[in-house]
Amino acid sequence: MTYSPHTDADHAAMLEAIGIGSIEDLFADIPPAVRASAWEVPPPLVEQDVRAELSRLAGRNRIPEVSFLGAGVYRHLVPAVVSEVIGRPEFATSYTPYQPEVSQGTLQSIYEFQSLITELTGMDVATASHYDGATATAEAALMACRLTRRNRVAVSAGVSPDTRRVLATYCSGPGIEVVKVPIDIGEGGTGTTDPGAAADALGDDVACLVAAQPNFYGQLEPMRELADAAHAAGAQLVAVVEPTSLAVLEPPGGYGADIVAAEGQPLGIPASFGGPYVGLMAARMASVRQMPGRLVGATRDTEGRRGYVLTLQAREQHIRREKAASNICTNQALMALAAAAYLCAVGPTGLREVAERSVAQARSLAGALESAGLAERRFDGPYFAEVTMRVPDAARRHASLAERGIVAGYLPERDEPQLAGTILLAATELTTDDEIERLVAGLKATA
Amino acid sequence: MVYPGDLVYSREHEWVRTDGTRATIGITSFAADELGDIVFVEMPEVGTRLTQFATFGVVESVKAVSDLYAPISGEVVEINEALRDTPELLNSDPFGEGWIARVEMSDRAEVDALLSADAYAEATT
Repeated sequence: MTYSPHTDADHAAMLEAIGIGSIEDLFADIPPAVRASAWEVPPPLVEQDVRAELSRLAGRNRIPEVSFLGAGVYRHLVPAVVSEVIGRPEFATSYTPYQPEVSQGTLQSIYEFQSLITELTGMDVATASHYDGATATAEAALMACRLTRRNRVAVSAGVSPDTRRVLATYCSGPGIEVVKVPIDIGEGGTGTTDPGAAADALGDDVACLVAAQPNFYGQLEPMRELADAAHAAGAQLVAVVEPTSLAVLEPPGGYGADIVAAEGQPLGIPASFGGPYVGLMAARMASVRQMPGRLVGATRDTEGRRGYVLTLQAREQHIRREKAASNICTNQALMALAAAAYLCAVGPTGLREVAERSVAQARSLAGALESAGLAERRFDGPYFAEVTMRVPDAARRHASLAERGIVAGYLPERDEPQLAGTILLAATELTTDDEIERLVAGLKATA
Repeated sequence: MVYPGDLVYSREHEWVRTDGTRATIGITSFAADELGDIVFVEMPEVGTRLTQFATFGVVESVKAVSDLYAPISGEVVEINEALRDTPELLNSDPFGEGWIARVEMSDRAEVDALLSADAYAEATT
């Protein structure tokens, strides 16, 4: 196909047709204060100078030698087969098909992804994915509002602060009120959502209770009791889960979750400065018509052969316009494919090993800090692979350790002042005993 | 096209069969034909109050999704449960087995604003 750019004559003809003098006039409604100012572009460089400059800039990156940072994104082994699969041009260069049924391979890959997510979550149906865990959670809350025809959302303070901020943004447009359900955050508390407090927040106008398992502080929530509290009020339970944990914890379908949302990054996607990641969402079949986003279904053609189709498209924006289930989502096909490739590569046994090893290393980590007298657990009760530790002078030592190439987890006080003097440390199967020893030594040195 | 003479019709392609203060409502054969194969009907719950000409449900076909507009105001007293599993009744028998809801009308006079079969036939040609 020939690419023919607009000529100056084309521009002039179009401007005359709409009755304005210049392209600049199209932007007259945008206040000058918020327009992009003129770019100060340095003079051109030859290729080798560009390379040298970019190398110099890249050299300023500080890559930690040891990291216990989690807080929603986790550093897991990504088998080489994952990048091999998603690097194939058939996948890497293709966009979500809009003449979908000719792209049977793409549709099958999405269908397999959905099937894996339903198996992992114990739910009936999963979407073809979302931008990330936060937007999937926000979409789940909006979906619950449509299902219940209610206009308030209760969210546990144990849900990631980032996710809660995205949820608040999504709810601000349609005028949905977000109510925070506290967690037991005091000294010696469980760090989890009290089902009684949740029940108090759930009036007959609340569409859903959003709770995370494990929660942001690593603690395991009483999900079954939270589900019961939600259902008693006629509300839905939106379970925000960490996908590898589902290999060892009860899947949300088992404890009565109505909608499941998750950040899919731990499944074969490297931790990389915020993305691209992938949001997972799954629900009950009875709610399928209120699910946002793409769905691929399996069917048979007229000759009885198995085939794949985009199904229930009447929910979607290209058909239903302003009444679509969502106009602010898309699938993250390539990242979803990475998750599918990862799950197939490790298999159920491998995923269980990942989760068990992560859990074991988190206990080694907490135990090493406690026995060295450097830190103690801030909360009581069971936790998964991330643990909130009380550390004297946490913020200063956190900064000091970073200078030594050790990222000592996340500082919860950034979002929750009551948790000043604590650090949130994550372990995965990649966390080594040597790394734990380096953290212990580093904390001793910064005492 | 000839439409049943004992019904009245809205310009949004719903029909109404009245019986005292009760009204049975559905969509016309014209609407069903235009939509094509109907695969899902989202119906209001019993007890929902309808307002004349406001949306009260959704009908989804293989090629489109359309809102249902209440031809009369009132409270929904019964919905056609059969449509949950066999929405194709809207195609096969739109004026009979494919009825959508029964409504206790709040204003009988609203019926006067609707169209006769002849007037509806005129409006759809």
